[in-house]
Amino acid sequence: MNIRAVAVDEAARIAEIIEDCRQLEGPMLPILHRVQEEFGFIPESARQVIAKALNLSRAEVHGVVSFYHDFKDHPAGRHTLKLCRAEACQSMGCESLAEKAKAKLGIDWHETTFDGAVTLEPVFCLGLCAQAPAAMLDGELFARLDEDCLNDIVAEVRA
Amino acid sequence: MPLVPEIDYGTPASKATDLVTLTIDGREVTVPAGTSIMRASMEAGIQVPKLCATDMVDAFGSCRLCLIEVEGRNGTPASCTTPVAPGIVVHTQTERLKQIRKGVMELYISDHPLDCLTCAANGDCELQDMAGAVGLRDVRYGYEGENHVKARSATGDVNAQWMPKDESNPYFTYDPSKCIVCSRCVRACEEVQGTFALTIEGRGFDSRVSPGAHEAFLSSECVSCGACVQACPTATLTEKSVIQIGQPEHSVVTTCAYCGVGCSFKAEMRGEELVRMVPWKDGQANRGHSCVKGRFAYGYASHKDRILNPMIREKISDPWREVTWEEAFAHIASEFRRIQYQYGRESIGGITSSRCTNEETYLVQKLIRAGFGNNNVDTCARVCHSPTGYGLGQAFGTSAGTQNFDSVEHSDVVVVIGANPTDGHPVFGSRLKKRLRKGAKLIVIDPRRIDLVRTPHVEAAYHLPLKPGTNVAVLTAIAHVIVTEGLFDERFIRERCDWSEFEDWAAFVSEAQHSPEKTEKFTGVPADELRGAARLYARGGNGAIYYGLGVTEHSQGSTTVMAIANLAMATGNIGRPGVGVNPLRGQNNVQGSCDMGSFPHELPGYRHISDDATRETFEKLWGVTLNNEPGLRIPNMLDAAVEGTFKGIYIQGEDILQSDPDTKHVSAGLEAMECVVVHDLFLNETANYAHVFLPGSTFLEKDGTFTNAERRINRVRKVMTPKNGYADWEVTQKLAQAMGLAWNYSHPSEIMDEIAASTPSFAGVSYAYLEEKGSVQWPCNEKFPDGSPIMHIDGFVRGKGKFIRTEYVATDERTGPRFPLLLTTGRILSQYNVGAQTRRTENVVWHEEDRLEIHPHDAEQRGVKDGDWVKLASRAGETTLRALITDRVAPGVVYTTFHHPGTQANVITTDFSDWATNCPEYKVTAVQISPSNGPTEWQEDYEELSRRSRRIVGKLEAAE
Repeated sequence: MNIRAVAVDEAARIAEIIEDCRQLEGPMLPILHRVQEEFGFIPESARQVIAKALNLSRAEVHGVVSFYHDFKDHPAGRHTLKLCRAEACQSMGCESLAEKAKAKLGIDWHETTFDGAVTLEPVFCLGLCAQAPAAMLDGELFARLDEDCLNDIVAEVRA
Repeated sequence: MPLVPEIDYGTPASKATDLVTLTIDGREVTVPAGTSIMRASMEAGIQVPKLCATDMVDAFGSCRLCLIEVEGRNGTPASCTTPVAPGIVVHTQTERLKQIRKGVMELYISDHPLDCLTCAANGDCELQDMAGAVGLRDVRYGYEGENHVKARSATGDVNAQWMPKDESNPYFTYDPSKCIVCSRCVRACEEVQGTFALTIEGRGFDSRVSPGAHEAFLSSECVSCGACVQACPTATLTEKSVIQIGQPEHSVVTTCAYCGVGCSFKAEMRGEELVRMVPWKDGQANRGHSCVKGRFAYGYASHKDRILNPMIREKISDPWREVTWEEAFAHIASEFRRIQYQYGRESIGGITSSRCTNEETYLVQKLIRAGFGNNNVDTCARVCHSPTGYGLGQAFGTSAGTQNFDSVEHSDVVVVIGANPTDGHPVFGSRLKKRLRKGAKLIVIDPRRIDLVRTPHVEAAYHLPLKPGTNVAVLTAIAHVIVTEGLFDERFIRERCDWSEFEDWAAFVSEAQHSPEKTEKFTGVPADELRGAARLYARGGNGAIYYGLGVTEHSQGSTTVMAIANLAMATGNIGRPGVGVNPLRGQNNVQGSCDMGSFPHELPGYRHISDDATRETFEKLWGVTLNNEPGLRIPNMLDAAVEGTFKGIYIQGEDILQSDPDTKHVSAGLEAMECVVVHDLFLNETANYAHVFLPGSTFLEKDGTFTNAERRINRVRKVMTPKNGYADWEVTQKLAQAMGLAWNYSHPSEIMDEIAASTPSFAGVSYAYLEEKGSVQWPCNEKFPDGSPIMHIDGFVRGKGKFIRTEYVATDERTGPRFPLLLTTGRILSQYNVGAQTRRTENVVWHEEDRLEIHPHDAEQRGVKDGDWVKLASRAGETTLRALITDRVAPGVVYTTFHHPGTQANVITTDFSDWATNCPEYKVTAVQISPSNGPTEWQEDYEELSRRSRRIVGKLEAAE
């Protein structure tokens, strides 16, 4: 993931994805997920194509895409690190871990490091409240996160 | 005079028939099942506080202000989303509810600007009202926290949540800082208008209303119908006119003067100044909706180009000279009398207007028949729906649409033929789309892929893209399928129609040459698609046909209308809600002008001039002897003028030079006349050839009635003094008096009384009746005291429905090596007809010029790129305009609109016409396209002529 295809492929691939999902009930979200999975974000052109294919207005597709924070309108880094900021994690010190993560990576929430290695995102509850604080790197969960673990993660994404 | 009150019940009415009784705040209330508790309360006169609910859209339940308590139930449900139940006891005001509501209002107000005194919605703001209703006194949260209100924080930091005002739309502004995100605008756009141009972007505190994908209103999918502005409870979406002028103090219900839908509006006034037009919810044609033209495009009424004084000139090469009304009338009277003395009684005539009221039209035809002493009267319906009159008259016995607009709510299959409702009849288009979204099926028969074929949430089951000019062949092929596959409704036909005529017709359509497989070769419609469409229409439930000028404006227009009538009768789709044959009338009063006897062969009520009894009625009433021979039609008048036997004409509110076919022939005819009198708002194109100009009045400046496409007689009410001094009916009356007729009407109601007294289908109509009922659909008489929403219920007006053979005869206008493409014409949403009015409003931002739509294949062959100037040439003439490359049109077909006089699309159109009614064949012209670098010689000459002929002595040249 995360490597943006050239523009011609983009249009063709999006059309293929739409064709694959068209028969599903409520096909818009599955389509968006697959586009995001493949391109790392939802290209502007995809919105137009999806609207046209599903016979929706541009506004409707925009409404859905903008509702979900996970759908990006620009490419993210090669890795995405999500730190949970919900109540249980806050009570277990996630805020100070977050500050450390920001300092180590030199970025703020929603930003991507200069080398394009990682994007930092807040998330509200990963369902690991019993093992707070929690984090997720590219879909892989980390429980009882501490500074050592965070260092390992940073080293891994920077590699 | 106060504002016309309109109650907002919060949620739409329930259509259920069983009733439910409940108690609200100690009052017993009985309402239909499915009604919301909010609506039931309002019907009992109890107003539950609300913000996100309005009765134009479905309940949403987001504002949390309309909470109630129901005895025996937990919690505080929203009254808008909770339906009534038998016997429940509801409380709308309790201590708990008061606390909750106050808390909710505090949150709203903590993120809302406190500029009520300088706000455009001051006095018309539901947020303000609700703050008052819940007794909001302070906001504990303060105003300094996160907000959407301020561009910068107290410390000077930029507030990323703040968005600037969007003023891109010419008629309204969007100020996100005042938005409470109630979604009323979004839902109005979806449910009422059906465009889906708005959404809520983001979530939580980031939620904002977004046109398109975070675009400006003007560049989004918005069609500027204004439903969102009407729905907005705050000043977030506000008419620019309200911002500029202020709140209205009184309003008057009147009828829109644009298309044949005939929407009812409240003209909201401040003194004699029009503040805004708001569609009236009780209007039975539009049910509270409007389009960009009706709601916003009234600026022409006060445009600087309007001519306010009568003018005369000796020759058309002279500049105009302003004169008094008396001088103008005396001049016309003496000229007309001189011409008749010199060239004979038949040498003058007149044209009534489909833009003017019934009363005015009646007076013009009366002036011609009684004053001129001949029947040389015609109207612009000649060039649009005269085949409807003839065709439906033959088949059913009366020449009008069979349904009301509400009928579409009961249709299961809708066939749209040669019409583009979302552009030409937008409010009906929205009502149709609403029904289609609920599951009705759509068949579109049109050479062009109109919006309805595929537009968000609407998709036609079948689109039959026929070659222009092959309507009859396609409809006969549909009949072939219905008859040969046994899909006709035998019981209906035996009961209501002449069976032997049906047998004859069935034998005719069953012939092998009418099979879709055979017709495919020249219509271009694939046979299996056509068969599918035929089966769907015949067996899909209630089938309704709506058609427009794409049916009538052909050499076989009348035949096509009969073919449509045949289909409806054969499938039993006549005489109940949801079915029928519905011509979509072009102009506001084209139905009325036909009803009022505007055709040379018909007296009011479609009674032939040769009928002695009818003539006698009018002879007695008018005290004259009437000629029993039909007079000249418009094209005949022009022919006679060129021949030198027709010398004078009175044209009320019609621009024949621009709207009639073969412009050069029209101009030659007008040029040959000695006294051309044009009665209009503007120096229109026809006025270039006029000798006398009488200034007209707008629909805002007179009383009268318009009759819309569903035969509905709607009142037009005067809201301001005519800027030109006289309403049009007064001008015609004064002209008649100058010609020696003893007319003495003091109010249009007296004219309506005369119409009712002389015309059986109007017998029950009077202004008092209309005042009481709002509107009525003719026939309205002793037999139908409440009017007739649906016609032919128990039998056809003519007795038995008549099946007529419809032999396809190809038009003489054919493509060949020199002219290989077919040109067809149409219109777009923001402009109206020849554009005399809409071009003088801000609507020009949507359509600055007419463009030629051409398929990429044809464009490439000719080396034409998008936006290039191209020369469009036919056998009749040539013009130039810019190309628009699109696959909406099929290869071999090109399309343009005729809204701008510079384009002169009718220089191209030929003088071929309908065999029965002379309705011109606008929709088919063989043409060739070639690259060009500018206007043609004709366009330049014409431009020069227009400039010269608009000179007025003592005034600067008119701007246009």
